[in-house]
Amino acid sequence: MHFCPCTCDDAREMSETPTIPEAYPRLVRPLRGRLVAGVAQGAAAQLRLDPVVLRLAFVLLTVLDGLGLLAYAALWLFTSNEQSEGEPPGRDWGQIAAYAVLGMALTAFGWLTGASTGGIGTWSIALGGIGTLILWQQAEPDRRQRWMTGAVRQVRRSWVRAGIGLLLIVTGATGFLASQGQLNQVPPQLLFTGVVAGGMVLIAAPWLAALWKELQKERRERIRQEERAEMAAHVHDSVLHTLTLIQRNANDPFEVTRLARSQERELRNWLYQPKADADATMAAAVRRVAAEIEDEHGVPIEIVCVGDCDLHDGLRAMLQAVRQAMVNAAKYAEAPVISVYTEVEPEEVTVFVRDRGKGFNMDEVPDDRMGIRQSIIGRMERHGGSARVKTEPGEGTEVMLTMKREQS
Amino acid sequence: MVKVLIVDDHRLFRSGVRAELGPQIEVVGEAEDVESAVTAIESLKPDVVLLDVHMPGGGGQEVLRRVLGSGSAVRFLALSVSDAAEDVIGVIRGGARGYVTKTISGRELTDAIVRVSDGDAVFSPRLAGFVLDAFASTEAPSIDPELDSLTTREREVLRLIARGYAYKEIAKELFISVKTVETHVSSVLRKLQLSNRHELSRWATARRLV
Repeated sequence: MHFCPCTCDDAREMSETPTIPEAYPRLVRPLRGRLVAGVAQGAAAQLRLDPVVLRLAFVLLTVLDGLGLLAYAALWLFTSNEQSEGEPPGRDWGQIAAYAVLGMALTAFGWLTGASTGGIGTWSIALGGIGTLILWQQAEPDRRQRWMTGAVRQVRRSWVRAGIGLLLIVTGATGFLASQGQLNQVPPQLLFTGVVAGGMVLIAAPWLAALWKELQKERRERIRQEERAEMAAHVHDSVLHTLTLIQRNANDPFEVTRLARSQERELRNWLYQPKADADATMAAAVRRVAAEIEDEHGVPIEIVCVGDCDLHDGLRAMLQAVRQAMVNAAKYAEAPVISVYTEVEPEEVTVFVRDRGKGFNMDEVPDDRMGIRQSIIGRMERHGGSARVKTEPGEGTEVMLTMKREQS
Repeated sequence: MVKVLIVDDHRLFRSGVRAELGPQIEVVGEAEDVESAVTAIESLKPDVVLLDVHMPGGGGQEVLRRVLGSGSAVRFLALSVSDAAEDVIGVIRGGARGYVTKTISGRELTDAIVRVSDGDAVFSPRLAGFVLDAFASTEAPSIDPELDSLTTREREVLRLIARGYAYKEIAKELFISVKTVETHVSSVLRKLQLSNRHELSRWATARRLV
């Protein structure tokens, strides 16, 4: 927690909702006492059963076409671990071995007797069931309530649809059972399986669609809430913070201007600037350097950039010269504003730093003054660029810097 | 005297501008949203409208569309804190004769209003930069070469504006008259408004820069 000088409430605290104990807790996987991932144990706690019952059920379903394995994996994937501190406790490997042996024995038995083939019907039913189960356990309790009443309403509202669906299921199931006896007639079996599935889809489709829509809506709502919270946090950390500082420094005009200016810049960046690496390109680097000088000296710097390119060594040296020119203008010119214009052309990069301040006489600058001769002109020439200073007392100063672009 | 209507949804800002304007300017009224602006322009008949870009009810662009669409000859100077390329290019394409930012000093704003009322264009350094960028950034074949490119002289003038030069300083630098500088800027404004280059709008939207 950082120091907060404001008197207002912390925005992030406000966005948190108080946690109330839930009557029907969501499925979580406990770490303590788990065998594989804690799915069976978590589900058992949810259903208020002994975990052994569910573990046996998973093993049995695994023997039937591997459905148990599928359900287990799906639940594992869609549930979260229970929150706990410290090292997760170890597993009881003896029990795992026991369940594994049981599973293998049952599989072997199933193969030998041919009892483990359930056909396509079991698969579709199982998949649908697992899907619904996952949606169900992911939902909040009050949402489940709404879905339940929604489903009942759906069925009530469309008796015709429900009737046709039920009829299809009954027909399909009867036909399926009737054809079970004649194993050689595979096509009618497939047909009736299809009829059953169609009936179920017909009944459940509107409900499932509503369910899906509801989930999407919830997701959008959550994203919007997160954005709002982020915005509140940002305004709090930046704008409110600065306003407090401005009130405290109300009798120091320099500090107030500096604070307001740096906050304006920060806010503009946040609103309009694409989130890019601040040091990757020439235009971004010029803006960054200018921001630093503004902060240090409290003189606003207006920046115009045309074109952009990646930085290379020559341009980095140029940036140093640009910085020195800005510092000179901010320190000595006594101008209300400094204009910086950067233009990136195919062959070269040009930067102009201009102020309408005092100006000076170039010939009267002593040789040992490092600022202009060394830091600006000398540096540019060492890196193959050039610098020109145009100034006269009372006429302001303009520094023109040119650097060849490195062709890559 | 130039008759001016101030359109902005911030009351504090309107009174601030009123206080800062020079004696050549007469403020005939204020408006705070699109509806009241359109009504005020019809009834007060100002020479120049100082137009805020972001306002309730569609913003400055909506005012431009409704007023200029009805054949009015009133001139607009856009005034904004935004400086985002799409806003700047948007109001200029919408028919404003200039764009300045709200940080402008009272004296400069007075000059700009007088200039716009004379039928000339007013470019802030940043707007000049945007135009240079927009017209330079493409090698795509143009539909109308006259409208779709800048002359060398226009480019020079824009470059000097971007460097922070006033019109008088530009005239001195290029050894031309201030009137010629104004002609160049007006010609750039015309190209900016009439050029069919769809890259112009696309460039502005793609470049969400300050």
